[in-house]
Amino acid sequence: MADELYRLTLHAAARGLRDGTFSSVELTESLLDRIESVDGRTGAYLTVTADLALEQAADADARRASGQDGPLLGLPIALKDVLSTAGVQTTCASRILEGFIPPYDATAVTHLKNAGAVTLGKTNMDEFAMGSSNEHSAYKPVCNPWHLDKVPGGSSGGSAAAVAADECLAALGSDTGGSVRQPAALCGCVGLKPTYGRISRFGLIAFASSLDQIGVLTKDVTDAALLLGALAGHDPRDSTSADEPVPDYAGELNADIGGLRIGVAPEYFGEGLDPQVGDSVRAAINNLLGLGAAEREISLPHTAYALPTYYVIAPSEASANLARYNGVKYGLSDPQATDVDEMMARIRGRGFGSEVKRRIMIGTFALSSGYYDAYYVRAQKVRTLIKSDFETAFQDVDVIAAPVVPSPAFDLGAKLDDPVAMYQSDIMTLPASLAGLPCLSIPCGFVDGLPVGLQLIAPPFAESRLLQAARAYERARGELAAPVKAIDA
Amino acid sequence: MTTASATAYRVVIGLETHVQLRTQSKMFCGCAADYANARPNTHVCPVCLGMPGVLPVINREAVNHTIRTGLALNCEIPDYAKFDRKNYAYPDLMKWYQISQYDLPLCINGHFDVDVDGATTRVGITRVHLEEDTARLTHVTAADGSPASLIDVNRSGAPLMEIVSEPDIQTPAEAMAYGEKLRALLRWIGVSTANMEDGALRIDANISVWPQGEPIGDVKVEVKNMNSFRALGRALAFEIERQTGRRERGEAIEQETRGWDETSGATRSQRTKEYAHDYRYFPEPDLPPLHITRERVDALRAALPRMPDQVAADLIQQGAPEADVAELVQDRPLTDYSLAVIGAGASAGEAVTWIVHEFRRALNAQPNKGAAIPISPAEIASLLTLRANGSVSSTMAGEVLDEMFATGKSAEEIVQARGPQISGQDELLSIARQVIQENPQAVQDYRDGKGRALQFLMGQVMRITRGKANPRAVSTLIRTQLDAES
Repeated sequence: MADELYRLTLHAAARGLRDGTFSSVELTESLLDRIESVDGRTGAYLTVTADLALEQAADADARRASGQDGPLLGLPIALKDVLSTAGVQTTCASRILEGFIPPYDATAVTHLKNAGAVTLGKTNMDEFAMGSSNEHSAYKPVCNPWHLDKVPGGSSGGSAAAVAADECLAALGSDTGGSVRQPAALCGCVGLKPTYGRISRFGLIAFASSLDQIGVLTKDVTDAALLLGALAGHDPRDSTSADEPVPDYAGELNADIGGLRIGVAPEYFGEGLDPQVGDSVRAAINNLLGLGAAEREISLPHTAYALPTYYVIAPSEASANLARYNGVKYGLSDPQATDVDEMMARIRGRGFGSEVKRRIMIGTFALSSGYYDAYYVRAQKVRTLIKSDFETAFQDVDVIAAPVVPSPAFDLGAKLDDPVAMYQSDIMTLPASLAGLPCLSIPCGFVDGLPVGLQLIAPPFAESRLLQAARAYERARGELAAPVKAIDA
Repeated sequence: MTTASATAYRVVIGLETHVQLRTQSKMFCGCAADYANARPNTHVCPVCLGMPGVLPVINREAVNHTIRTGLALNCEIPDYAKFDRKNYAYPDLMKWYQISQYDLPLCINGHFDVDVDGATTRVGITRVHLEEDTARLTHVTAADGSPASLIDVNRSGAPLMEIVSEPDIQTPAEAMAYGEKLRALLRWIGVSTANMEDGALRIDANISVWPQGEPIGDVKVEVKNMNSFRALGRALAFEIERQTGRRERGEAIEQETRGWDETSGATRSQRTKEYAHDYRYFPEPDLPPLHITRERVDALRAALPRMPDQVAADLIQQGAPEADVAELVQDRPLTDYSLAVIGAGASAGEAVTWIVHEFRRALNAQPNKGAAIPISPAEIASLLTLRANGSVSSTMAGEVLDEMFATGKSAEEIVQARGPQISGQDELLSIARQVIQENPQAVQDYRDGKGRALQFLMGQVMRITRGKANPRAVSTLIRTQLDAES
């Protein structure tokens, strides 16, 4: 077993540490070796902080030796490079932040460190979290561990691939329109995006502030509950973080779901959905019904408008959020420039990739005088309608079940020249993001040897219920008959 | 400076006043807001530097200060307010957007009465909103002779309030009076130092000139860079001349921003309409909307001091001269002090005039300005009583006051030690005669009708008596002597 410690879940590894079967240093070394041997093929990490990780592991072992314990003590976790890490380069996979070493940790990172977790490094992503395939990283693409010619999804593709390739026990990601759930589905791991405001955004480098939410990518539902428990809570440094009590997610996890009302909306099963993906999701819903849950048909009539709504609101906010990257204070600099305007123009011209520039231009246009009412204001109104669709539905159901992505992972490069086709990959994850709802993706089958996910969506702050439903399904589902991952072949 | 042609035109002026608020910390972070004597870039943190991933947190006291100001300006305080992002790219703006308030400001629909030469004008207050200040750029020449710009981020994120007036102002004098009275009000309620020289108070003006009888249009000129009320008056007078001239020549007035140049005494075009900013305002997603409860507004209202206008009306009614009262209420600590002196038995008329002139002179001469006044109001009231009943002359009262400041002794003690005032006719008469004899030029001047000559001769008598002479008696004596001799 000792040679494959990297394959453990968080909770299994915690048991091993607790029982003294192995130390955190041994576990961390196992993961660093694994990264060493496979990351050249997955491209999941941008930065590996081996020395820091071993130091944290030794510290965790010392804490444990002195009698301390905790759900994350000594467990190695990866961080999406959108999270600020004090003293460790944080780039958002963008050239413009190359060399940027923040002096502060994101609140989520602080929570992990305080819990004694080991941080392995920073994972690859689409530049500034803008993308659905991870091909928009300025440094290198990420390959899907199941099939190295396929995309891992995005924008948390590095985190999802790192979990799937056993290069970490779990990873933090961020989800703005599906960036945790979609790569989790394509890489066959669990991806949880909590309610907007459940986890502090302080130190999460902003893409679209009203949508961004830190999420977790794990090997199973129990791990997602453990991690969420460590991260959730109000933060005085984030005025949009919720001052709601944090339940014992892990402790409540195995509740019976008999009588749970599951909403199924035809809007998520229509045109564009790969029939095999649809079958797989349908089978998963039946699985839940077998546990005593009840199915209710619901209607979410504004679902079709989520895509255009999202692609007005998110770029609008991004156009302001990304304005600060001008080369004056950090990141890229340009000593050749002769005046400040030229310097700032050259830095932004060189520092941002094409997808980021496209979204800055879309957002700038949507907010311009004369267009603001037609785009931004209208999009906000539609967002309210989408939200109220869910509110209505949740009067009759407890969770909503849907696919995550219309089809399994596509070939690297397949959609790179067609932004709209790329955007459509998010069509089933956008509505819950716009409504700020907690949602997750859990593996429910394979199509053509590639993982498929089931999406569950719950009312605001009902993460516990969401995790209970997912865990019940996970138990009923058992081990999926999975092909061998390319990375393990 | 209003010319004859100005009467054929109507002048429309609105003012936008930026006020730095006096708070412990900055608008959205924990950095100390008072950076006055700090080295550049020492009052900074990731938030006010606009670093990646950081978030703003609203300074509650800054919101309170803004509501206080709104209440003092008779504004409505709506239940809901929100912050918005104002986008523009400039190196002094750390995030390339400013957190400001666009369509739901904290205060709306107020008014402010301004007096010029006895006439009162009511100036509407459109809104008072809250935003963050920018960093400060200094343009220098580098060692190699090339131009360089230095950024000091200490000011970035300092709480800044903007007071926007309706275009109800018609003359430079009204604009100056508005500014001066507003400065006094802001100090009165304690929300700002309102010092123009430190940039804590900055006034921009929107001005346009229209032919009388014709409708007022949309085009206006924004004038910036006035660093004093005098500069505000001069810049507006210049613009009235310039715009009137263009109207008379049949030339159009262009919508533009102009900067006041103190040295040349002229405004210069900075930005025309085609280069006007599109600020792309949208709601700040990092800050939830503000719900301002009635309880909060009521508590702030109840804790406000009486407004200077009310205090002034009371004092005038009690017999204090209007001009002195107007002067006094510029200064709240001194006003509070005067009210205490009056409360201790002094007459309002005498106390106000004496405090505005004599007392303030002595106070300003104290080495540690700004410290609490070391003399109790009761002591001053008793000095004023001694002065009123003729026990000390005005001149002597001033000297006694200086001694009170210097020694901390009471007025009674000092007067007793000095000996009583000289009112004896014989003694004063001989001194007056001596002075008249020694100053033939002043005597001649007096006879030529120069009023100041009498003051001079009186001063000589006072010098000889070391201020102990009763001035009224001296004045009568000298005049009798001189008039008798002519």
